[in-house]
Amino acid sequence: MDTTIITNNFKSEEYFINMGPQHPATHGVLRLLLTIDGEIIKKVEPDLGYIHRSIEKMCERDSYQQIVHLTDRMDYLSSHINNEAVCLTVENALQVEVPERVKVIRTIIDELTRIASHTLWWGVMGMDVGALTTYFYGFRDREMINDIFEETCGARLTMNYNIPGGLMFDIHPNFVKRTKEFIAHFKTKLPEYDTLLTGNIIFQKRMKGVGILTKEDAISFGASGPVGRGSGYSCDVRRHHPYSAYDRVNFNEILKTEGDSFARYQIRILEMWESMSIIEQLIDNIPEGDYKVATNAVIKLPEGEFYQKVETARGELGVYIISTGTKNPYRVKFRSPGFSNLSLLNHIAVGGKIGDLVATMATLDLVIPDIDR
Amino acid sequence: MGINNTPEIPADFPGKVIPAGNGANVIVTSLDQIINWGRSNSLWSLYFGTSCCAIEMMQTGAAKHDYSRFGFEVARPSPRQADLIIIAGTIVNKMAPVLRRLYDQMAEPKYVIAMGACAISGGPFFYNSYSVVKGADHVIPVDVYVPGCPPRPEALLEGMLMLQAKIRTESMKNKIFPIDGFDEGL
Amino acid sequence: MTNEALQNLISSWIPDPIAIGLEFTEEKSQFLNITVQPEQLHQLMTQLKSNSETNFDYLFCLSGVDWGKELGVVYHLESTTHRHIIVVKVKTEDRENPNFDTVCDIWYTAEFHEREVFDFFGIKFNNHPNLKRLFLTEEWDGFPLRKDYVDEINMVIK
Repeated sequence: MDTTIITNNFKSEEYFINMGPQHPATHGVLRLLLTIDGEIIKKVEPDLGYIHRSIEKMCERDSYQQIVHLTDRMDYLSSHINNEAVCLTVENALQVEVPERVKVIRTIIDELTRIASHTLWWGVMGMDVGALTTYFYGFRDREMINDIFEETCGARLTMNYNIPGGLMFDIHPNFVKRTKEFIAHFKTKLPEYDTLLTGNIIFQKRMKGVGILTKEDAISFGASGPVGRGSGYSCDVRRHHPYSAYDRVNFNEILKTEGDSFARYQIRILEMWESMSIIEQLIDNIPEGDYKVATNAVIKLPEGEFYQKVETARGELGVYIISTGTKNPYRVKFRSPGFSNLSLLNHIAVGGKIGDLVATMATLDLVIPDIDR
Repeated sequence: MGINNTPEIPADFPGKVIPAGNGANVIVTSLDQIINWGRSNSLWSLYFGTSCCAIEMMQTGAAKHDYSRFGFEVARPSPRQADLIIIAGTIVNKMAPVLRRLYDQMAEPKYVIAMGACAISGGPFFYNSYSVVKGADHVIPVDVYVPGCPPRPEALLEGMLMLQAKIRTESMKNKIFPIDGFDEGL
Repeated sequence: MTNEALQNLISSWIPDPIAIGLEFTEEKSQFLNITVQPEQLHQLMTQLKSNSETNFDYLFCLSGVDWGKELGVVYHLESTTHRHIIVVKVKTEDRENPNFDTVCDIWYTAEFHEREVFDFFGIKFNNHPNLKRLFLTEEWDGFPLRKDYVDEINMVIK
């Protein structure tokens, strides 16, 4: 019997698919237009604007104390650090020196916010690659931090504790005790995270070698935070342009050179250990003093331009205020870390599979209202 | 439950008030009771969170305040498998058609909870913003409003339980779909 | 490098700074500000990045500003090796059809930032690979962050 071999010329065409605004793995309302060939990605184009709330335009009609309230909602997982950025800009412009007590308390609450943001990132990251247990573990620890914030600042998520000139009210008497209890508790829990996820062979195979970013590309794309540090680019604002009490604590800046998703993952876990060490250095020696400096009820900045950088849990946030001497700013621009981190998605996801895209996006740690402002 | 279910309507209220429970009478037949019991105790919600309130919704689903003990077992990613949308976050002009399409894709009976100040009326973004929809009920009809910025998990749980109480007063005979006449502006 | 040394170095590249409209100022700002004409923008930026003594390889902020009469763009540059910061500004009086040269061949991050400036101010960038609106829908009329933007329907002014 003859066998005939039929060769079809399959013309493989590119297929266009929409990873829509409502999707469990995009961490918010981000629409990705994917051009794929089978399972390999040819091009990723983000479509933004689904949560664009025109914060920059609103700031032109608000007073400086009201702008602080709006920055809470931009990157809501590190809301205290966002507030601090605006307050530091205004204080530097007015040449006001806040008391030492304020600086130390701001730094402690900054680091607690960073731990809260990283535990949530870890919980949701496990969910994205398929491990649902991590969601519950991450949120369980975050609840303890939320309770500490609620007792001192008044709210769990959008704190508004900073004002230009200091803090809104003094810390609660239980703050120091509860923070120490939390640190002691969390030190026993963080190795559990490693046991559960980091050493898992399936997780490592999904993360190693995926989404590689070189150091020159990281600098050129403006990557900052753990994304930049995963490629060996030293970009920690707390080290290079210190603010608040960061110039008097010892901490390591963690750098890895591989540039893949597993390196970015490890950096965030190690950053949680570093944050705990910073809190331990400061929590016992909070200086006595006032909790704020009196400023005018109506704040008017002198004419000129002012810029302040801070390190949020996602990277480098910049606040740029142009003032003409009136009580409202002339122009406010927020340089958000997620915006630059998102722009490199096309560069690092091309050539991989769709599953790799989901894993890479989870390690970029994007919060979409931060990008859309 | 400690909730007063007969609110007073001010004389200059500009809309038409549909009594809760789709206009049911006080007497609910026993067939209705069984059906409403089944519906109210197994509402599965859709993954729809746009901004900060989504984090509080996720906290409500996590281990400390758990909404699955009331029947809201899993959150479904696809609208065709969900009964409930919890609108957690601000709705923007660009997102409004997407929300409407998701609501249309859900199968009857479907319910909506508006969570947080942004979904109720635009929230802190009401003044001076050119792109925020001042309230999600300009887009789809809402059953329960939960105020707060963001509301505590306990507040969201109370809103969900209020919705369950509202479903228990429905009747199969006099059914009113809230979407009827919505686009014409009732 | 201090602001003085930077100013001397950059002026030494150009024979006659006043003639081409290059201005240095340090008042009302923490950093050294350079105001440059649109025609010299791309060349100055390339030199700022490639010269090893300045080595400005990190563009960390690109903002559009409506100065009232003119429209402009402000670039904040930093060097990762020397850790100095400089600000470059460029302005145009043409409000109907403003355009500048793009810098996204020098720093990749400028691609998204320039799309955002086009979306909000209407400033076009020559040789940009993909100049479309980023945040607002394609059919949106007008440029919201300009000072003369009026929107009766959506905005509730307070």
